Amino acid sequence: MWQSFVDLTHQLIPWFDGGLADILIIVIKGLALIFPLIIMMAYMTYAERKVIGFMQLRIGPNRVGPFGLLQPFADVFKMLFKEVIFPSKSNIYLFLLAPILAFVPAVAVWAVVPLGEDFYIANIDVSLLYVMAIGSVGVYGIVLAGWASNSKYPLLGALRSTALLISYELVIGFVLVTVVMIASSVNLNTVVESQSGGILNWYWIPLFPMMIVFWIGALVETNRAPFDVVEGESEIVGGTHVEYSGMPFALFFMAEYFNMIFMALLAVLMFFGGWHSPFEGIPFLEGLFEFVPDLIWLLFKMSFFLFLYFWIRASFPRFRYDQIMRLCWKVFLPFTIVWIFVVALMTQLGIGPWF
Amino acid sequence: MMKKVKKLVNDFSLGELRTGLKVTSKEFVNKKITVQFPEERTPISPRFRGLHALRRYPNGEERCIACKLCEAVCPANAITIDSEMREDGTRRTTQYDIDLFKCIFCGFCEEACPVDAIVETHIFDYAFESREGSVIDKKGLLEIGDKNESAINKAREEDSKYR
Repeated sequence: MWQSFVDLTHQLIPWFDGGLADILIIVIKGLALIFPLIIMMAYMTYAERKVIGFMQLRIGPNRVGPFGLLQPFADVFKMLFKEVIFPSKSNIYLFLLAPILAFVPAVAVWAVVPLGEDFYIANIDVSLLYVMAIGSVGVYGIVLAGWASNSKYPLLGALRSTALLISYELVIGFVLVTVVMIASSVNLNTVVESQSGGILNWYWIPLFPMMIVFWIGALVETNRAPFDVVEGESEIVGGTHVEYSGMPFALFFMAEYFNMIFMALLAVLMFFGGWHSPFEGIPFLEGLFEFVPDLIWLLFKMSFFLFLYFWIRASFPRFRYDQIMRLCWKVFLPFTIVWIFVVALMTQLGIGPWF
Repeated sequence: MMKKVKKLVNDFSLGELRTGLKVTSKEFVNKKITVQFPEERTPISPRFRGLHALRRYPNGEERCIACKLCEAVCPANAITIDSEMREDGTRRTTQYDIDLFKCIFCGFCEEACPVDAIVETHIFDYAFESREGSVIDKKGLLEIGDKNESAINKAREEDSKYR
């Protein structure tokens, strides 16, 4: 018995030296990304409540800690201590699988995104395709949650979301195609690199309408107001969230916020020059802001988009389901297709600014 | 024609959305109107009808003479009074209970009282720790009166010119 154990260890040692160390490094890299992400997500809930509160002439959370800064932690602990309730006659395995299926893709997409020059976990050539593919898997979480809950409102929410998310994936895909055509690469690193050289070289100028379409698509994809028909508090109570409590609910919640942060990041990478300083190429200012790290610029730009989420949520009433669908199929889709043709022509003929 | 073009331009430049965003961004920087309740309070009218109190004369003698007018006038039957003769021959209450679950805070008891004994104070943020706690007895009512005598006096003074 003992001898066989020793033999096994000896067999494992070469593997231990090579393979395990690599795996350990990957795990550490992953944790180094996920922990700041979780903190960021927690403080986004705080920021959301504060911003929306301010826009409604309220002051938002301010009881827990100075300026209510510890509110997210209070919420987390509340969630942790809540009982997880399973609806009777629901399919418990699917019921628990759903939040995991929603959460895992939301985290997995972060594996390939560059957060700075040579600052990423994995740099794969088709990172944009990977992002689109993994991002789509998140739909399963919502659909399964609606179905497994064995309840009417969640099912309605799931039904609403399925068609919606799939339709808007198409629009977002087409928008990204225009970017890919200009950058002539599906590698996120290369896309960002091709935008170097100051604020005028970012793609938001040649692709401004596409950026707007992308952002509206991003709002739908992340189920944010004014397109939050999946939850639709005033119509179907809480949609897919109705039967969830405690940590499974928290997983859905985290997945939504991770997706939000990710969509903001994607918008920055695609249209706002990623980690590039906006002052590149401007003689005096370039030197003045030399010391600012890549990551800070990236976060700075992202925070603008994150603020936009809250701003839009505070401003607009919820769309009706058929209106969202009409917007997708009759407005955005023809619009983006025309733009694809325009951009394709321009890039082929080498006419500025689209090349 | 011109109107149509204008509308088209407005629609494609997301004109109405921009209007909405402008409104919220203006409110974003405006002064917030929230009142931080336990620390800050909104002003209260001198006629505000809150928690009840029994008052005393400045010499410490309780005002209530057990005339039972308040008990009679109470539309919710929230007041229960029992009385007997004290050693000095005056009639005094032995029991004066107000059930705050029954009470509708109409203020009739206060109006009916010939000696201004039962009054309603400005206290509205009170709580009971048990179901029985809703009944305040004479001792409790007198205590509330003693504690808030100055506030009660002030409210009555402010309102006196309208009586």
